Order: sequence, then C-alpha cells, then structure tokens
Amino acid sequence: MTDAVPRMPGFLWRNPDPRRSYDVVIVGGGGHGLATAYYLAKNHGITNVAVLEKGWLAGGNMARNTTIIRSNYLWDESSRIYEHSLKLWEGLEDDLGFPILFSQRGVLNLAHSLADVRESKRRVYANRLNGIDAQWLEPAEAAEVCPILNVSPGTRYPVLGATYQPRAGIAKHDYVAWGFARRADSYGIDLIQDCEVTGLDVRHGRVTGVRTTRGPITAGKVALAAAGHTSVLAGMAGLTLPVQSHPLQALVSELLEPVHPTVVMSNAVHVYVSQAHKGELVMGAGIDGYNGYGQRGSFHVIERQMAAALELFPVFARARLLRTWAGIVDTTPDASPIVGLTPVEDLYLNCGWGTGGFKATPRAGWCFAHTIATGRPHEISAPFTLDRFTTGALVDEHGAAGVAH
Amino acid sequence: MQLLTCPWCGDREEAEFRYGGQAGVPYPADPRALSDAEWGRYLFVRDNPAGPFAERWVHSAGCRRWFTAVRDTVTHEFLREAP
Amino acid sequence: MTAAFRLPSGGVIDRSRTTRFTFDGTAYAGHPGDTLASALLACGRHHVATSISLGRPRGILTAGPEEPCALVRVDAPYAEPMVTATTVELRDGLVAAGLAGRGRLTGAPDPARYDSVHAHCDVLVVGAGPAGLAAALTAARAGARVVLADDQPRPGGSLLGDDASPAGRWAAEAAAELAALPDVRVLTRTTAFGHYDDNLVLALQARQDPPARRVWRIRARQVVVAAGAHERPVAFGGNDRPGIMLAGAARVYLRRYGVLPGRAITVFTTNDSAYDTVRDLERAGAQVVAVLDARDGDLVTGTSGTERITSVRAVAADGSRRDIETDTLLVSGGWNPAAQLFSQARGRLRYDAGLGAFVPAGPLPAVRAAGSANGVFGLGGCLADGAGAGTRALEALARSAHPVPLPPVPREDGPRPARVLWSVPDAGGADEPAFVDLARDATVADVLRAAGAGMRSVEHVKRYTTIGTAHDQGKTSGVLAAGITAGALGTDIASLGTTTFRPPQAPVPFAALAGRDRGPLFDPVRVTALHSWHVCRGAKFENVGQWKRPWYYPRPGEDMETAVLRECRAVRTGVGLMDGSTLGKINVQGPDSAEFLDRVYTGMMSTLKTGSARYGVLCGADGMVLDDGTVTRTGTDEYLLTTTTGNAALVLDWLEEWLQTEWTGLRVHLTSVTEHWATIPLAGPRSRDVLAAVAPDLDVSNEAFGFMTSKETAVAGVPARVSRISFSGELAYEVSVVAWEAIAVWEALLKAGVAYGITPYGTEAMHVLRAEKGYPVIGQDTDGTVTPQDLGLSWAVSKKKPDFVGKRSFARADSTRPGRKQLVALLPADTGRLLPEGAALIGTPAVPAPPVPMLGHVTSSYRSAALDRTFALALVRSGRDRIGQTLYVPLDDGSVAPVTVADPVLYDKEGARRDG
Repeated sequence: MTDAVPRMPGFLWRNPDPRRSYDVVIVGGGGHGLATAYYLAKNHGITNVAVLEKGWLAGGNMARNTTIIRSNYLWDESSRIYEHSLKLWEGLEDDLGFPILFSQRGVLNLAHSLADVRESKRRVYANRLNGIDAQWLEPAEAAEVCPILNVSPGTRYPVLGATYQPRAGIAKHDYVAWGFARRADSYGIDLIQDCEVTGLDVRHGRVTGVRTTRGPITAGKVALAAAGHTSVLAGMAGLTLPVQSHPLQALVSELLEPVHPTVVMSNAVHVYVSQAHKGELVMGAGIDGYNGYGQRGSFHVIERQMAAALELFPVFARARLLRTWAGIVDTTPDASPIVGLTPVEDLYLNCGWGTGGFKATPRAGWCFAHTIATGRPHEISAPFTLDRFTTGALVDEHGAAGVAH
Repeated sequence: MQLLTCPWCGDREEAEFRYGGQAGVPYPADPRALSDAEWGRYLFVRDNPAGPFAERWVHSAGCRRWFTAVRDTVTHEFLREAP
Repeated sequence: MTAAFRLPSGGVIDRSRTTRFTFDGTAYAGHPGDTLASALLACGRHHVATSISLGRPRGILTAGPEEPCALVRVDAPYAEPMVTATTVELRDGLVAAGLAGRGRLTGAPDPARYDSVHAHCDVLVVGAGPAGLAAALTAARAGARVVLADDQPRPGGSLLGDDASPAGRWAAEAAAELAALPDVRVLTRTTAFGHYDDNLVLALQARQDPPARRVWRIRARQVVVAAGAHERPVAFGGNDRPGIMLAGAARVYLRRYGVLPGRAITVFTTNDSAYDTVRDLERAGAQVVAVLDARDGDLVTGTSGTERITSVRAVAADGSRRDIETDTLLVSGGWNPAAQLFSQARGRLRYDAGLGAFVPAGPLPAVRAAGSANGVFGLGGCLADGAGAGTRALEALARSAHPVPLPPVPREDGPRPARVLWSVPDAGGADEPAFVDLARDATVADVLRAAGAGMRSVEHVKRYTTIGTAHDQGKTSGVLAAGITAGALGTDIASLGTTTFRPPQAPVPFAALAGRDRGPLFDPVRVTALHSWHVCRGAKFENVGQWKRPWYYPRPGEDMETAVLRECRAVRTGVGLMDGSTLGKINVQGPDSAEFLDRVYTGMMSTLKTGSARYGVLCGADGMVLDDGTVTRTGTDEYLLTTTTGNAALVLDWLEEWLQTEWTGLRVHLTSVTEHWATIPLAGPRSRDVLAAVAPDLDVSNEAFGFMTSKETAVAGVPARVSRISFSGELAYEVSVVAWEAIAVWEALLKAGVAYGITPYGTEAMHVLRAEKGYPVIGQDTDGTVTPQDLGLSWAVSKKKPDFVGKRSFARADSTRPGRKQLVALLPADTGRLLPEGAALIGTPAVPAPPVPMLGHVTSSYRSAALDRTFALALVRSGRDRIGQTLYVPLDDGSVAPVTVADPVLYDKEGARRDG
C-alpha cells in the first residue's frame, strides 16, 4: 500500500464575511449542513445561502466518526433512506469531482448468539426484498472475507455467522466534507466559520433570522443541522426535542501495513473496526451512558472495547492505540433521525442521526434540501417526522435488532 | 471515568453506576387525562442542556439506590448530589 | 560493528557487560542501559528508517518518545510491530529492523503478561526530572501519599548521567529517599498517557523480563505535570537527512549513554540551550566545526549527503553563503512544554512569544504544570518551580509544606532572548523539501498550499497536510506547522492556537488496555447448580446472556434435530425435566406489594390468593412488551416473580427504579433470588407420577393441587416449592429447591422417572413445546415494537385497573391502527419444509421487483414431533384476520414456500392435557 493520500485541490473555499441577509441560513457546517447547501444549489437552484459553523467546517461528528457506510438496516423506512444514500455515495466522487476515497470493501455484522443469528437473518431477508445486497455468511465464510477474524468456537462468545453487505464500505470523512464545501462554495454559497449562533429570531410563530457571534443575520428560512447541539439551538426557538446528546468515542491505531480488508461490526461485544487508507485501524466504541457535551468519554469504555476487539482479532494485540476522541451524538428514543418541519414556520430540523449520520450524509442533505426548498418533507425522509413520537409510529432500529453505527 | 459521590456509599468510580437521565419527570398523575401529544412528551422528551443538568443515577454495582445529582454536561463536574 | 563513538566513561550504561543485537541483519553490540538508538549511534549508525511516502533515508532526531523518524520493528525476543528506536531498551538477542512508517502485525505468540492496577494518592507527579523530583520530595516529606511516574528506567530526567554536579547528586539522593518512603510509590518505565475526569491519570508501565505491560489507573487528588519539554526543529531544505539531530538529544546521548553523535559537528540554533550541548561536546572531545546562530543571521538553507549528511549550506546575515563539511548537524528551534496531560485536563495554554511555544496559562484547581512543562527553563528555575508546585499541591490539600533543600546550580548568565524561527525564509522554495512533519513527509510547501486552499484553522491544515497524525502526534512538528500557517495567513499564532491534544499522549498497546479481560475472562460465565451434570451428560450449551444453558442432550449418534424431536416426544408422551434455574426470580415483600405489582403488570395481581400463580406481562411506559413470567403469591405481603433469563437484571433494575424514584411511598422490598433457587420444570403426562414418588407429603391430585397453584413440601426430603405451571401445555410442575440441594433433587426425580422414560430436555425442546402451544418468547417473537394485544395476550391485560405502566400507550394512534403485526402460526404447505427463522412473508407467489412489500417475518420455526410436521410462529400484518389465508416465504434458493396462516395454538387447543 502506498501512502494513499490523494493530492488535494489547490483551492477549496473562500472565507467570506457574513452578509446581513440570506434566503436560507443553515446552522451547522458539518457533513449534513454542507451537503444540504450543495443540494440546495444543485437540485433547487437556491444559492443565496449561508452555512454557519461555530468552529471549523466539518470539525464535529464529521471529523470524529468511523466513516462506515452501509444500508443494511432492518426497517423499510431506514433501509430505504440509507440505501438511497449508498447509491449517492456510489456516484459521489464523480459528482463532486473530489477524491473522497470511497472504498466498497464490504461490511460484516457479526452474530454471537442464537438470538443474534435470528435477528441478523431477519435483516438479511428484509434487505434482499428491499433490493439491498445482503448475505448471510457462516463463520468459515466470514473468515474468508476477513481472514484475521477469529471464528474459533472456543471463544467466550463465538462468531456464529455474519451478515455481509459487499457494497458497504468506508470513505475519507474530511474529504467528503471538503468535496461538498468546495462545490457549495463554487455555487456562491457562503461558508462562514467561527460563527456561533446565539439566538433564533421568532416572530408570530415564524423564524426570521439568527443572531450570531458575528452579528445578526436575517433569513427567509433557517435549517438546523447541528447534530449534538440541536437541542440547544432548538431551545432558542422554544422547542424541546426527543433528543439526548451523548459522548461517543472512537480511536485509531498507529499506521499498519494492510491487515484488515473489510469492515467488521459486532453489536454484541460492542466493537466496529476498519483499516483506513493510510493504514490506521479505526474503531468505535459503545455510546457513553450519560449526557455529555464535552467531546469526552470515559476510558473504561475504550478498555472494554479493546478487550472485545482482541477477542475478535487476536492479531491486533500488539497494535498500539494512537489517539482517542469523542463526538457528541444526538440520540432519539427509536435510534432513527428527525428530518422535516417544526412547529415554527420556516424553521427546519435535521437531527437525531445518532450513530448513522456519516453514512446518511449525501441523502440527508438531498432530502433536507428538498424539504427546505419546497416546504414539504421529501418522500424518503417523510417517515422521520417529529410527529411519530406522538402517534407512536416509531422506526425502532433500537428495539428491533438494531445494529448501531 | 468520572468519580461519583453516592449519597450512601461515598466516592465511587463511574463504572459502578448506571445513568437514569433527567431527574424530576414524574409519572403523570392521571395518564388517561393526557392528550397523545402530552403523553408522547412524557414518554420521549427530556431536557438536554449543555451545562448544569439535574439527573438521576443509580449505584447499580453498589447499594443499588437511586439518587439525583446536578452535573455539568460540558465539564462533567458534579455540582451537587442528593438522594 | 565496533562502538567507535562510545566514550570511555560517563552515562548510565554498564560498560562491564556487552549486549549483542541485530539491526537490519547486521550484528552490533551495546551495553545494558542503552536504548536501541544510543547503541546504534555508538556504532556510528544514524540511518535507521525510511520515510513513509517519499522513501527518503531517515535517522534519529531525538532521544525520547517524541521521535518522529526512527521507527523500527522488533522481532525478538518480544515482537513489537512498530516502536521508536529511542524507546527500545537494549537487551541481548534483540532483533530489530527499520520501518517505512508502518508496522506489521503478525500472529506471533505473545509471551507478555498484561494487567491493570488501581492506585490512589494525594499527589501524582508525572516526570522525575529536576522539577518532578523537587515536587515529589516536597509532597512526600509533608507526609502526602505520592506517586511519581517516569518513562525512563530510572529517575533523574535531564540529570540522568550527571553524577558529577551537585544537582546530579541531589537528584540521585532525592530518588533514593523517595524510593524508601513508605507512602511513596516510584513507578519507572511508566508513561502517564492520559488525564481523564476527576483526576484519573492512566499510565503504562513496561517490564522487560519477563515482558509485561501494566496499566496504572491512578486517582490523584492533585496532579503535578513535570513531563519536561520537547525540543523542536527548524524547517529548511533537506532537514531530514540522517545525521541531523536535535541539539538537546545529542546532549542526552552524550550524558546518559556516553555517545558522541559524530566527529565534525555543526550546530544550528535559535536559542541558548544548544550552547550547553556545544560545551559538553567539546569537553568530550568532539569537534564543533560551526555554530550557526539564527539570532546572528546565520541560517542553514540546505544539506547534502546520501545515507547521511555530509555538508551544510549556510547563509550569513550579510548574504554570504558557504558550505560546511560536517557529519552531524544539531538543530535547536526552541522548546515546547510537554503540556499534553495538562491540556487533556482542560488546562488552558497561552502562547509565549518569547519562547515561541504554548505554555500552561495557569494551574487548575487540581492539576498544575511544573518545570519546563510549565514553560520554565533552566535547571535552577525547574527545581524551584517543581518545589513550588509541590507546595501548592499540598496547600490545595490543606497540608502544610516545608521547603526542601535544593542543590546549588551554576549561575545561569543573563540569557539572550531566543529567536522564534519556524522555517528558514524561502524554505518552501528550496530545491529540496523542507520538512515540517518528518513522520508524515509533510513539508513547508504543503502547509503553504493548505493556506492557499482556504484553510484557516490549524485543524484543517492538519487534515489537509496530515501533519501531526503520525505515531508521535506531532510533538516536534505541531507548533511548527501552526507557526508557518500563521505566517502564511498573516495572522498571529496566538489566535490560531494549536490542535487539540488527544489522549493517549504516547501510544499504548491494545493488549495492555484489554488487560486480563481476554479469553475465558472476557466476560464472566454463569452456570447453574446442575451444570456439571449437564456437562457429564454431553449437553450442548447455548449462551443466554452470561449463562450457559443446556441446549439439547444428544445421545451417541444423534444430531440436533433427532435429539430435539426425541426430547419433545418424551415430554408429550411421558415425562421430561429441564434445568430452569436461570429464570430470573425476584422476591417481593412488603405491605404494598400487591399494589405495586398491580401498577407494573398488565394483569391484576392483587386478587391472587396466597398459594396461587398467574401469568404476567410487563410493558414499558410505551406499551411495548418488556418481559413476561409468573407471579406467585407466597404470602399475604409476599410474592415471587419470575422473569426471562436474559432480562432478569433489567427487570429488577426497572422495578427498583419505579419504586425508588416514582412510588417512594410504597412499602415494598425487592430481592433477587435467581441464584438462590434451582428450578426444575417437570413436564409431561407422567409428571404427576414422578412427583408423587418423591413428594410423599403432597397430595398431587388435580383437585388438591390445581393448575396455577403452588405448594411448599418436601421433595426427595428437601424443602421445596412446587408450582403447577406449564410452558408446554402438558401437565407440569416446577420444583424449586435451594441451589445446593439441586443435584440431589434432580437425581431423585430422574430416578423416580426411570419407569416412565424420564428425559432431560434442553432449551431447544422447550422452545418447540411452547411454540406448539403458541406461547411467545419475549425477545424472539417480540422485538420491542409489539404490544400484548399484538401477541394475542389481551386476556392478560386488565380492563379493570384504571392504570398500569404502559396502559396509556395502548390508546395511541399507532397502537390502535388496523394493520398492526400480530402473532400467528404458519403451516408450510410442504409439511417437511422448515422455514428459516427471520424469513419475510409476502402476499404473492412470485417475488416482485424490489422493494417488495413485506407482511411480516418468521419469528420461530421448528419441526414438531407432536404435529408430525414443521410449523412456525410469525408476526404478520393483520395476522389474525389472515388466518386461513396463504402467504409466501421467499427462500435463499430463490424459490418461494407457500404457508397457511393459522391460529398460534396448534397443539391441544382445548387445553385437555394441562391437568393430565
């Protein structure tokens, strides 16, 4: 493997000062905010748009996730949006004209108990009927896909099989964000960093603008795409949401020669791992149990994750942990997102993606742009309304064999 | 690993506790009297502040008792513990 | 290879012994006390590695863990995929090889032991250099419990190897005193790698023989970070050649290991510190051919050499250029405080324009930096700052401190201000790359390109250039990159800031973090009191949570299917028994127990008579089924609940939560008795006969001992609770005895049942038997989206109670909509066809193009001995309305299995077998 870092374009984006007024203000310059801006311009011709980012572009969960892209979710509603997203991923490098290092190396979701096996197979059968490439692999077949996987029956929780989605994979998170940012910028959309929103102006039930650390900005429409910070922002418009913000930790090893050819996820023992293009092992842990905005988790979660990783991959024992970090994931009661309108007119909401945000980036942006442009939910994101928490029509990826991340 | 003060056991490692989310959300006195929207709020909507937060913990690997603590969700600093 | 660059004396190495090792296939020798780097340098070898993307030869830049270049793989005696030569302690038989920036994992056997240990102390001091020793001694002499951690094999830091000066002697004495104090723990070879909430510091301790790694989890009331400083280079063209080293590192090699870096040495510096190195080198007999001081306008603009530097191109203030022949170039661009731990603790850093470095802006209440980690340079300053930090840590603990005597140090002349120089001007245009991050082959030009691309944040520059993402996390390059970026953007570095210091500050092996939680110790194994019997009988086990449960008991030659059919047949026609001890059991006591259970179960429990049992369903407040089990009233104010095996802990916690946080007025106490009682279901038409034989005091007649009642009696002479509860539809009993009598009772039942062909059965047969009766298994036939009504359990939901947990949710729009999924049975048209569990149901015999509308899925699927056919349970949209209809199950081979939807109770619909 060469040091596979593609040469970046010599120009990415302007750094404009905010203007006093925009048709659309997107709060949050992460993957979703940038993708939304891009599709607002590309699909709807709306370019009088500002993306406001309180820190640096794509410095939140976009910079912190483990970049797994897959669509093998259980429920029709979820698999639909993630599969549509995967289809966008498959053409995204050409569409953006940017090297995003999208690598369809497949994902294995391991089963460790008879209950896991049933749930996994249920997901495979449902996926296939939804047109998603899903397979059930016996342990030996899983080991063919990933030879370093320990499928010995002698482990504490042996691998009893795995679901496999060959089209799943990983991409380089920063480059994805930069690709969207560069194209949005080229449409004339203002990407404004170091610009924290401190208030939302709501008059007569309608949002009219935002107050920021760089001055007030009036807006025809305001779209929130701020992941873990959404509750705080929505609170500025008097909304409380079924969203809780938790730390979610991840880590990388030092650079290693290629050893792990695919992506492996195990919900039962709480580990998911891939090897990035440069050579580092990228791993995610389980969500820390408490609410937290500190981008910091607890180390015993990492220690537990290491133990689990070594059960599955004994060869990792002497790899060394290089860096850990945490993002702030916005979780919902059913582990599905909230995309759509709010009780406040012209205020739009895209949040609650929990651990699914990265893989949804293109389609979430696509649907959110549609919602903002037309004032109506996109057909694909329509099931993910706020209203479901009143009717009870949840899309429960949590309770139902939900495989997180 | 935060260090929590259990009101009954004293300082203990976070791994001994389980988190219970926002404190002070009582079970409605008469759920039948609530609209679906109100009931939905009870079921699913909790505060999620960045800053001090009154929340519940249970010393699950210790005395198994619940208590309420005020903790800063940004710094993780415990400001107050009370049964 | 001879050690031509080893001095005859000095350092901490043991010259009386020789240590033989191999590097890149060449045999070398060094001494105990050497690092791999010092031993190679002593033999004149600088070129040890290759750069990651350009493939350039790379040498040894530093003498410590901040090393960006000298990456090696250790193959023997203890394999490590990638470490820096500067951190490998030399030992006999060491085999190592240079790397090109990436390690290689092998499955080689791992002889090392890994574990972890907790420590608690008043004051943790990180770093045992002059500042750390002064801090630790101050705290220790005041009686504080102190932990002193240092990454080197012995304390001393920059004074290591300095036996001659008063300071060096003081350090040795201080270390000895600390080691002897009972409340002080000195941890050497121990790297504090992370600071976490509430002053938890994690440190990795290494041991060589036998190899071991131990993670220390140190909970400290006060932390003093005295981790020293990292010298930084200056970027100029060709600044990466082997033979180019940081000036401070050269001094370490000289003092600690008695090694000269070269014969003809050029020094390029921006500050005074390099002059200490020059002085020591000259004293040791090395020739310093030139000192280029940037403050005088003397700059290095390039280098030459293939394997190693041979000359330096220099420019003077007047613009004159010259080439200097040299075999070594020592560089000092100033020092960065090693403030990683302080920063992880959320200590604020400020930019010090004089030092050109980010230094701690001031102490935190419980974490303070000291010495050069605090931006204090010079030996005298470090000693005083360390002692001061120790004193202030004591004050924070409300302890009084007494000043410890500090050694005299040579008067430090009025220092000449340093020049802050990140890169030699026009380094970006040099004919050779000017490297910023040698570990990533990232250059000044790369940084300028990032700025030109619109990058305004150091985090973006880091990601664009990859600077700071290698094994060293940019310890020598990070501030350089920020400085060059600031210059390119025309902003000041203070406002630009640094990238976040993320833990760990030094790499930690995965195995060290996993510790002992591997293999059988990964997760506890729970077994029942009857486990050894099951093992002896050759049972196959399944994991259910942490429990091992007998799955089935194959006889010789039997496969699973045959064994399970036999076990089922035995229960339906004779008698079987199983180990049900893993069922969760909760004892409920207190005058408000009945009220409490009425609030949490969907059914009415307060009307139960003492000695009677009832099936109970627990729902979440959202109305979805959470768990089920039986509720037996064992006294006026006492109940025994059972839960499913997997949910036992969850249900107990959940009930406690309601009691403690919601209904605090209810006088109820809950106790888990899961492990106290062994429970043996005895099922089948002959179960009454078996029970009668072992329970002589019990009237087992149906009239005296009716269904869903419970008795206390002696079974096989052992006090037991016997309940007439059936999970198979057959006449059945559950016999519960204290766990330590379990095996005796189990064997007595077996003996009594011999005449009836009594057969032990496992969880699989249990599942088949219950499915034949349409009894759902929570977690298998439910998935968190299923209400009791969906399962056909409306009979277990009280209509009389005004409220119970979950009731309100049954009235939500989605709970009452038509088309919900309901539990039904499926009968495949092909009676031998076993449907795959998890398979989806569709409405048409041909599978249309995706997305295919799905009507539900198969939740359980079995071969039935009693029905002489296969059958399944399924959750199906409007399932009960579809009874009698034909649906279709697409199979793996592309075919479609037609199935008839049926009432979930397939066996003994009338319940005729229940009473025997």
